[in-house]
Amino acid sequence: MTLSEPEATEFPVRLPGEPFPPRQYADFRKRPGLIRSTLPTGSPVWLVSRHEDVRTVLTDRRISSNPAREGFPNVAKTGGVPTQEQIPGWFVGIDPPEHGRFRKALIPEFSVRRIREWRPLIQETVDRCVDHLLSLGDSADLVAEFALPVPSLVISTMLGVPFVDREFFESRTKTLVNLKTTTEDERSAAVQELLRYIGRLIKVKQKRPGDDLISRLLESAVLTPEELTGVIMLLLIAGHETTANNIALGVVTLLSNPQWIGDDRAVDELLRYHSVADLVALRVAVEDVEIGGQLVRAGEGIIPLIAGANHDLDSFERPDEFDPGRAARHHVAFGYGVHQCLGQNLVRAEMEIVYQTLFRRVPTLAIDADVAALPFKYDGTLFGLHELPVRW
Amino acid sequence: MKINVDRSRCVGAGQCVLTAPALFDQGEEDGLVEVLEAEPDATQAAAARMAAQVCPSGTITLIH
Ligand code: SF4
Repeated sequence: MTLSEPEATEFPVRLPGEPFPPRQYADFRKRPGLIRSTLPTGSPVWLVSRHEDVRTVLTDRRISSNPAREGFPNVAKTGGVPTQEQIPGWFVGIDPPEHGRFRKALIPEFSVRRIREWRPLIQETVDRCVDHLLSLGDSADLVAEFALPVPSLVISTMLGVPFVDREFFESRTKTLVNLKTTTEDERSAAVQELLRYIGRLIKVKQKRPGDDLISRLLESAVLTPEELTGVIMLLLIAGHETTANNIALGVVTLLSNPQWIGDDRAVDELLRYHSVADLVALRVAVEDVEIGGQLVRAGEGIIPLIAGANHDLDSFERPDEFDPGRAARHHVAFGYGVHQCLGQNLVRAEMEIVYQTLFRRVPTLAIDADVAALPFKYDGTLFGLHELPVRW
Repeated sequence: MKINVDRSRCVGAGQCVLTAPALFDQGEEDGLVEVLEAEPDATQAAAARMAAQVCPSGTITLIH
């Protein structure tokens, strides 16, 4: 497997003190075609930075999401995307047509209407999390005390996790995302504990079904209980750190642009502007395919850069400006194609409710540090904040 | 303008519903796209075009 032509470019990294898209992205915009690079693991890969090319990569059936395929790019320090052998039902790694069976089973649970029905519950959860925050005195780490618990508590309610188990559930999910202090062993222990817990929960729901997502999926019997375990794990993980990162970064950006506080249009612009899942949509070519004028050979890895696409001058005017007034719904913060984020309406609802509630109930909220010096996740697969010290 | 959808392609993320709620809905049972107004008038044409553009799965096509 050799990569032809263009000069190899260094793998993009965010530089400390420069939290938003890596500096190289401005450079990438000026180049035609794809960018040849080398992963931190040493394997060659194609980077795709243009909005149109990213959409092409994410919809072309000759390009696969299956991590078990030769040449699949692995960027995570934590072992990367699990294969079906490791976690059956982890359907972000399954290609169509098989992917459709999983997706279709879950679609009704995350439709715009269904999520609207969940809003009172989300509001109640956010209010409880604000109560908790305020109970801590006049300062706290907003990531640990608020941004991480909100999505975890919301999804555990949707899944039907009994109230008494919420704390266990939240503590294990927190272990998974805390790459700074968690060792690899602690992480895999938490994964195993969660998988075991979910397996037990499924057994309970088989005996005593309730009005929840797991019970409904069991009833429809489209997925086996084993697949369902992986699906639930995926819902839990996919929506946890991503949402928490969005919540925390959004607080920082809104506090610097207070004129947009209270305007729900800010949500999609925050999603575009931060593009937290920049290095998440990983692909490999199954056949030779031409993208952006570049021939990509079968077996070569491809990484569509989500932040690159969302800061593409051809699709967004003044892309590096935060401007919720723009029409930016064509952003690819949730990806594109059949794998586009299933939970996107849930995230939007959570972010809307979080900002409305947090800034209304804590009007004096302020960042308790120099913004440029905040511990941004410069080295993660997901962009975000390790901590966000705030006071009120 | 006429709106055409291929429901077999729909991945149900509801971008069309958010973009053009007067033209699209998602089925109560299956969550897949449903067209509320197949022949949008001139005032709705821009919303219809936007919905077709943001749909991630090429489900929505517009016939002129
Ligand atoms: S935007 Fe496209 S994929 Fe999503 S619900 Fe509408 S038609 Fe289906």
